[in-house]
Amino acid sequence: MSRPLRRRWDWLLEQRWLLPGLLVAGLALSFAIPEYGLLNRYVQMVLMYVGINIILAVSLNLVNGFMGEFSLAHAGFMAVGAYTAALLTMRVLPVAEFPALFPVAVLAGGLAAALLGLVVAVPSFKVRGDYLAIITLAFLMIVKSVIENIDAVGGPRGIPGIGKLTTLPWVFFWAVAVVWLVRNFVYSRYGRGVLAVREDEIASELMSVHTRRVKFLAFTLSSFGAGVAGALFAHLLQFISPRVFDVIKTTDILIMVYLGGIASIGGSILGATLYTVLLEILRPSTVAALLSWLPAVVFDPLNEHFIRHLGVWRMVIMPLALVLVMLYWPRGIMGLREYRGFIPRLDREAHRRGDPQGGRRDGAAHRD
Amino acid sequence: MSAPLAPAAEARLAPAAEAQLEVRDLTLSYDGIRALHGVSFTVGAGEIVTLVGANGAGKTSVLRAISGLAPFGGSIRFEGQDLRRVPAHRIVGLGIAHVPEGRGVFGNLTVHENLRLATWQRRDRAGIEADLERVLGTFPRLRERLRQPAGTLSGGEQQMLAVGRALMSRARLLLLDEPSMGLSPRLVQEIFRVIEEINRSGVTVLLVEQNANMALHVASRAYVLETGAVTLSGTGPELRGDPRVREAYLGA
Repeated sequence: MSRPLRRRWDWLLEQRWLLPGLLVAGLALSFAIPEYGLLNRYVQMVLMYVGINIILAVSLNLVNGFMGEFSLAHAGFMAVGAYTAALLTMRVLPVAEFPALFPVAVLAGGLAAALLGLVVAVPSFKVRGDYLAIITLAFLMIVKSVIENIDAVGGPRGIPGIGKLTTLPWVFFWAVAVVWLVRNFVYSRYGRGVLAVREDEIASELMSVHTRRVKFLAFTLSSFGAGVAGALFAHLLQFISPRVFDVIKTTDILIMVYLGGIASIGGSILGATLYTVLLEILRPSTVAALLSWLPAVVFDPLNEHFIRHLGVWRMVIMPLALVLVMLYWPRGIMGLREYRGFIPRLDREAHRRGDPQGGRRDGAAHRD
Repeated sequence: MSAPLAPAAEARLAPAAEAQLEVRDLTLSYDGIRALHGVSFTVGAGEIVTLVGANGAGKTSVLRAISGLAPFGGSIRFEGQDLRRVPAHRIVGLGIAHVPEGRGVFGNLTVHENLRLATWQRRDRAGIEADLERVLGTFPRLRERLRQPAGTLSGGEQQMLAVGRALMSRARLLLLDEPSMGLSPRLVQEIFRVIEEINRSGVTVLLVEQNANMALHVASRAYVLETGAVTLSGTGPELRGDPRVREAYLGA
């Protein structure tokens, strides 16, 4: 970016009105877009997936980024939220007469996932690192096989015909709500404790941080986010089955988190948006359309052997992308940095983590 | 009801009232392997007491037991209170601060955030600000670096931060684990000067050191720890003069 542009960008980010302005504009747009058909249905759907994925990435970042653990269970909590909410709207809540009950189902999905998160956290957090990763992976598999074996919820066939209750305004609302929750948690006393635990758990304990409570809270809040996202996801896709919430789903969320950058809410929003859009572009039909200018000699074999099988290649490309990002770009787009609008004014002075430019922005000389 | 005199008098007569910290028959095991075989010692209020000993003698284990990081046998009493089953995060609230081996500084957090973490359980804003000013008064270098990530500080500055962070909690007993580790001789002098200064301000210090020479110079009393047991004790000068100590730890 050129210097004047950079300065103008910095100026823009400094503005007090930016965040509320964006919120109001976003809310208005989320109503206007479907109402007046400003974007076609496909793009609207992609936008809703972007919102859901933002919820997933931001909430997972709490555990895998801010806390520095490696949980693979996120898709499992998503499944719990999805099934809870879907069963509620289909069998319990009269949403047909009262569509306003939908948020109750979403909240219930989030709370069910949070409760299970707490149950999982109690035994799991006796260990750290690799062991925790394995336990969360086991949990993910348990959730999947439990659902597969309950006939009342469709077993392996899943639940078809879920009402399409997820709308753009609701996605916007829940995305903002979860981001707000996580942001407030991160800048609370507990959030500071989470950051300290990532750095050095023993030292945190010696500093009077109640590390067990801090970790439980972070994990529970993270699970809540996954549950909310799952509930919205179920009522957008209108069909859920255990297979939807497998380890590939978790991998997707992991890539969004590490691409955007660990311990950064702004990073997760960016990572989720980029990744979702990228996945849409990588669909066979889109890629074929994008590459149709190639001469037939090149295009036809490419199409035959690769483009048409992108759905399968995804299974190779995406985990590979995760490995590459973690190896060569461990900080991601904005790892350990934060969009200034999310940082409370009181903390901005103190907040200079990993930002070599940061110390000078307010004119304070960097003495050394 | 007026407070009866008897309990106070009783407390004064009890042996625990003499020592601020009283460790009796302390045993500690890691995975079934005994690291401490009945260590006993006392630390009086206002003293600097040092535990010297070689690698693996159990010095760090003693501090870990006091801080609630490891389950132990025997008894540890601080100001008359039994520390058995007091979890680590509550120890600070009792008035004990522990600077762990290797400093335990939070490298990605700023100096300011590091200092604030020591007051994690407190909500008195004014008191925390006052403590911050007091600590920055003792360590002016930290004030210059408040906004820097702690990981960018030099080794000596990180040690100062670790000690300053411990002092944020208004501790009455400071546990120091190898504060001289990895520092240049000049910085070692500096850190020991600071330790004495902190002690003069009324903080009791329990110092664990491999640098026996420096430790015995500042300490009022010392205990020599060998393979999990106390083998010698005495005042600093006594031990510095002891031929066994001179040969084993002072290299003279």
